[in-house]
Amino acid sequence: MKLARARRPFRFFTRLCLTRLTGLKARNLEELLRHLEAAPDPVIYQHTYRFLRRHQYLVPEPPNDFAYWVGNILGDERLGEQLAAVDTIRFGSLEDLKRALVEPIRRHVEGRGNGTAVPEGKEFHFMQAVRFSVPTAHEAQDLAGFARCLKQVSPSSLYLHLFESLLRPPPGVNDFSSWLQGEVDEPGLARKVSSLDPYTHTLEGLRSSLITMVERRLEEHSHAGA
Amino acid sequence: MPGLEDYRDVVGADTLDELRLLAGRLVGRSILNVNSTAVGGGVAEILSRMVPLLRELGLDARWEVIKGGEDFHAATKRFHNALHGAPETVTPADYAVYDRTIRENLPSLNLDADIVFIHDPQPAGLVQMRNGAGRPWIWRCHIDLSRPDPDVWEFFRPQVERFDACVFSAPAFARSLPIPQALISPSIDPLSDKNRELESGEVKSIVDRLEIPTDKALVTQVSRFDRLKDPLGVIEAFRMSQASGTARLVLVGGPADDDPEGAQVLAEVRERADGDDDILVLCLPPTSHLEINAIQRASTIVLQKSLREGFGLTVTEALWKGKPVIAGSVGGLPNQIGHRHSGVLTHTVEGTAYWIRHLLKEPGYAKWLGANGREGVRQNFLLTRQLRDYLLLFLYLEGGQRDFIRLPGGTE
Repeated sequence: MKLARARRPFRFFTRLCLTRLTGLKARNLEELLRHLEAAPDPVIYQHTYRFLRRHQYLVPEPPNDFAYWVGNILGDERLGEQLAAVDTIRFGSLEDLKRALVEPIRRHVEGRGNGTAVPEGKEFHFMQAVRFSVPTAHEAQDLAGFARCLKQVSPSSLYLHLFESLLRPPPGVNDFSSWLQGEVDEPGLARKVSSLDPYTHTLEGLRSSLITMVERRLEEHSHAGA
Repeated sequence: MPGLEDYRDVVGADTLDELRLLAGRLVGRSILNVNSTAVGGGVAEILSRMVPLLRELGLDARWEVIKGGEDFHAATKRFHNALHGAPETVTPADYAVYDRTIRENLPSLNLDADIVFIHDPQPAGLVQMRNGAGRPWIWRCHIDLSRPDPDVWEFFRPQVERFDACVFSAPAFARSLPIPQALISPSIDPLSDKNRELESGEVKSIVDRLEIPTDKALVTQVSRFDRLKDPLGVIEAFRMSQASGTARLVLVGGPADDDPEGAQVLAEVRERADGDDDILVLCLPPTSHLEINAIQRASTIVLQKSLREGFGLTVTEALWKGKPVIAGSVGGLPNQIGHRHSGVLTHTVEGTAYWIRHLLKEPGYAKWLGANGREGVRQNFLLTRQLRDYLLLFLYLEGGQRDFIRLPGGTE
């Protein structure tokens, strides 16, 4: 059976980032809260999406910078746990994600005050990401081409299309699932791809899972056509 | 010397594709690097690899070294220590010799370039002579500026503010400055003699030639003989760990061209280790890259018990070789090591001693730390990543310093 050509090809992009230092730092929860509340999107992105991407080689990986600092450096395990439970990729905007991070810290500060301060050298340093949208040479015209591209693109490209794209409309749908459903009529495969979890796989593990899913589907097409 | 394609097996084709894509937007730009030593130390090592690769990518990259007498190097060593926050006596004569040496270098330097990259404080004063408005000058600071001596920093601050951007190796080094500050970690070259894979026979023959016995596990620190690397603290920690029944301490270093204090520290270290068969002190020439590689690979544990540190490339090298590393929790070292995930961070001689003992007794855990450390370096601290960050910085400065930059070729 001949594979259907996509109504629109999938063009792979990649996300590269330069880190800017803001010079702002927090020694305790009150300072963390104050700077976090005032933080623009590039700062939130740096300490959540970028953090997740940088630590994707560890499994299970720490979920965001704030949780890591509060739990491991400041030593507030309870609040650290609450922040770790904030699921970065389940928010439609960085502003919503920021609110979800601010809320437990604010409750904590209101209820218990600043708590302890870390010694010099252990502060939380606020940074911001300069994001670059970079087109790659990879483009898929159909499902088989999609599988070939998945084997070649960079981990940063996978991360962009699988997770960071959740920040763009439509809410909660990644680029791959959106294309699979909308352009090559593969709703079942789109659903499976949506269920991939960034916290329990390395990016190379995610790549393998994706390729396996797509190649299985290609085999089904092949059997159906035989 | 390896070309870009030689890195394909280590970093992947996609990484090389990204570099070419970014460099394609900068083809023909002239990039001038200036530092103070052609050999010895991490900066010279990085530049010796970075400049040829930038050229291969189509950029017109050059590297110039400022010249200075012993008085200049002694003064800038004191500046270096003071900017790191170590106690140091800096005199008006030091500032005078600095200004004079910068002026003396000007006639022999060609500073005409699209982007001028000045490395560390030694040549920073050249910025006073900049011309060609609109051509970015970048100050690349490789040292820990988190607690600088206020007087020395006040001498350098007005000069740093004349740059268009500065680059630091760790978040804690950022200062309050009116110019953009970027975080770009340094890197190691996985194909250099210091880091390339070695056959076990090659390791053995080098270690034998250096007369390092391998009947016991080797606990090694590789770094310049410098008080900020705390070699005496390393000896104390090793003795406190009571590991000498099963392990031997190896302290390896060699003073760089611009480090006149090194010989004095080396003498103190030798005196402290004198008569102890389980402590070896090796002073190797600055070109002993293959020897360092072999010693690190032959080691069971690698230490970097620094009291102050810039980024700590010797730690990156050891992590790349899959070794469990025990490092001081200072400078850029916490950026490389997640404590108890990809290495160990300590604050004291006692803590270092405890972890030496622990890792010698728990080889399985030590191996797991080493494997995580290697993968962390592969993803974040290899030369190709640093090259990419520099290209991004150039594009950022050319692209109007915006938070989101779309390179031409479509929309996500």
